[in-house]
Amino acid sequence: MAANKKIITPDFEPVTYDPQYILMVNQLKKYFPIKDGMLSKTVGHVKAVDGVTFNLKRGTTMGLVGESGCGKTTTGRTILRLAGEKTSGQVLFNGQEVYDLSNKEMRSLRTKMQIIFQDPFSSLSPRLPIGEIIGEAVREHNLVSKEEFNDYIDKVMDDCGLQPFHKSRYPHEFSGGQRQRICIARALALNPEFVVCDEPVSALDVSIQAQIINLLKELQEQRNLTYLFISHDLSVVEHISDTVGVMYLGNLVEYGETGDIFKNPLHPYTKALFSAIPIPDPKVKKERIVLEGSIPSPANPPQGCKFHTRCAHCMEKCKHEAPVQKEIEPGHYVVCHLYDE
Amino acid sequence: MAKKKAEGYLSAKESRQISKRNRKITDELEKKRKRKNVPESEYVTKMHDPKNAVEFDNLHTYFFTDTGTVKSVDGVSFEVPIGKTVGIVGESGCGKSVTSLSLMQLLQRPQGQIVEGEIRLNLGDKVYDIAKTPQEKMQNIRGNMVSMIFQEPMTSLNPVFRIGRQIEEVIELHDGEGKSKEDIKARTIELLEMVGIANSEGVYKMYPHELSGGMRQRVMIAIALACNPRIIIADEPTTALDVTIQAQILDLLRNLKDKINSSIMLITHDLGVIAEMADYIVVMYAGRVVEKGTAEEIFEHPSHPYTIGLMASKPVVGKKVDKLYSIPGKVPNPVDMPNYCYFKDRCEMCVGPCAGDYPPEISLSETHKVSCYRYCEEKGEK
Repeated sequence: MAANKKIITPDFEPVTYDPQYILMVNQLKKYFPIKDGMLSKTVGHVKAVDGVTFNLKRGTTMGLVGESGCGKTTTGRTILRLAGEKTSGQVLFNGQEVYDLSNKEMRSLRTKMQIIFQDPFSSLSPRLPIGEIIGEAVREHNLVSKEEFNDYIDKVMDDCGLQPFHKSRYPHEFSGGQRQRICIARALALNPEFVVCDEPVSALDVSIQAQIINLLKELQEQRNLTYLFISHDLSVVEHISDTVGVMYLGNLVEYGETGDIFKNPLHPYTKALFSAIPIPDPKVKKERIVLEGSIPSPANPPQGCKFHTRCAHCMEKCKHEAPVQKEIEPGHYVVCHLYDE
Repeated sequence: MAKKKAEGYLSAKESRQISKRNRKITDELEKKRKRKNVPESEYVTKMHDPKNAVEFDNLHTYFFTDTGTVKSVDGVSFEVPIGKTVGIVGESGCGKSVTSLSLMQLLQRPQGQIVEGEIRLNLGDKVYDIAKTPQEKMQNIRGNMVSMIFQEPMTSLNPVFRIGRQIEEVIELHDGEGKSKEDIKARTIELLEMVGIANSEGVYKMYPHELSGGMRQRVMIAIALACNPRIIIADEPTTALDVTIQAQILDLLRNLKDKINSSIMLITHDLGVIAEMADYIVVMYAGRVVEKGTAEEIFEHPSHPYTIGLMASKPVVGKKVDKLYSIPGKVPNPVDMPNYCYFKDRCEMCVGPCAGDYPPEISLSETHKVSCYRYCEEKGEK
């Protein structure tokens, strides 16, 4: 822990709460220490999330895209305070700094922020019947009285497209799509305001994917939910999100409205990422920007702009100086030296 | 509990009876397979079209399980022409992988058996029917003639052997006659360079855990290509990878295919990947081919309701829709399939004859075939 404290420096300007945003993330950092040697000395840090800033409006969906290992999932977990202490930065949920809360206060806040995990096969306990999986947390938080409990669970299950008789069954009796529905029902049973969806459809077939995406959208309209939608499938993200953030090696390199980002990607990495999407039309033969090599190690990221080792527009400046976030169009932010002037 | 019994509940007694019956069938098939010195006349056949690398003809692959016979592949016919890429699409459990495993004779035996049909494999000078080829002969075909790239690069490499050793093993086994150790090593390094690994000498000495997903998939491809096979089966080669790495791997596969002039059987559920890679497309549903044709035909005029549904349910970048189409219902239970069109219960375009027998294959053009009654009628009217 001591090592963790050493690197905390107030290198960010605190933001003040703006009521239109349900979630404000400011310069959030999460480093994981690398321990080595006999005494487990900290020899370095994996900078999983290295200064992420964005604001999320109530009732909207933000998509978070990027290659694996870029810190998407860690961002989601750090926001929910599921990954231990943050390294620095701010997470304001309804104006309340999440990391300032005591354990007891955090417990009650947990009902307001939920997560849907990627793999519906390993995130359900195989020994509990579905009714218990969904209802456990509801009972724990005393959300409804004992008499209403059964009806409440039935209603939540019905909302998520599950039948009441499924309640006594076990997870192994369900298909992948239905398990994902159970995961969604479990998250929504607590009546949250904000849900982190961590690759909820990656493990599913195309036709099932469509069902789950439609379900998530319907529920959002009904309950005015706010989603942070983490995915590496760009076409799904475009479909579901209102705003999109593109991450590279722990940084948000571009952030803005979905339409702006997909029509007019600014950052070279975003451009390369979008050009790599296969388009289901054999006639379209497009120019592809192929990125050389693979993502550098987050334990030892390149100096200056982290993307300069793979960037086609790399300038001398990029190698030494880290770019800062700039607003190019209203609401469209990019972190790149190309747009300095 | 009574309810549970109604929907497919098996008592221990019934289950025992089924497995007894299955044992009889599989034992017989196994006995036939284990015979020694099978005369060549039994498995040497002729291609219907010498331009094809593989012809699947009415292939039936069943799994004899204790809960009943699962008809994983139930009458599949299609061809893979030499030098072309054939994409196979379908939901999980539709039999795409079982079809390719049948070609490799890698089915989980004795439960999994090819019970009917032919797989004609063009070996250049000879044509083998894989369904009847004995084990020893298969040994020479696997790796040499047909090789496979598996879905999970993370789990399909052996973690305790170095990369170099794993590639060398293939060359030694299949192509090693008269080659010295140095020759084999040189070939291995050449292969690693061919699949775009810059630090080939270094990677040669590494263990799988030291490589990233994309690199591991490259190694898998190097292993598959080690003996210049005529057919490469790529079973979801990019599903576990990121888009940028996926683009690299697909480029690589396409270039290598042209370099060694082989055919690719690409199994995937990503329609985008299929559109980019495939010359021909086969759409499978519940163990049957519902539609096949060239890539243009399938993407421009998808004809089977399932293909249409599949295309509509995938969000496409640049096309804004409010609600994605989702195919209602789910895949029927593979143990007792209905005898009418398998897709009827989920189909929104049903016509009268759909309740009858399974629809025949109807040609819309020379290459475009579909199994659906909607086109039967159209043709009849004309």
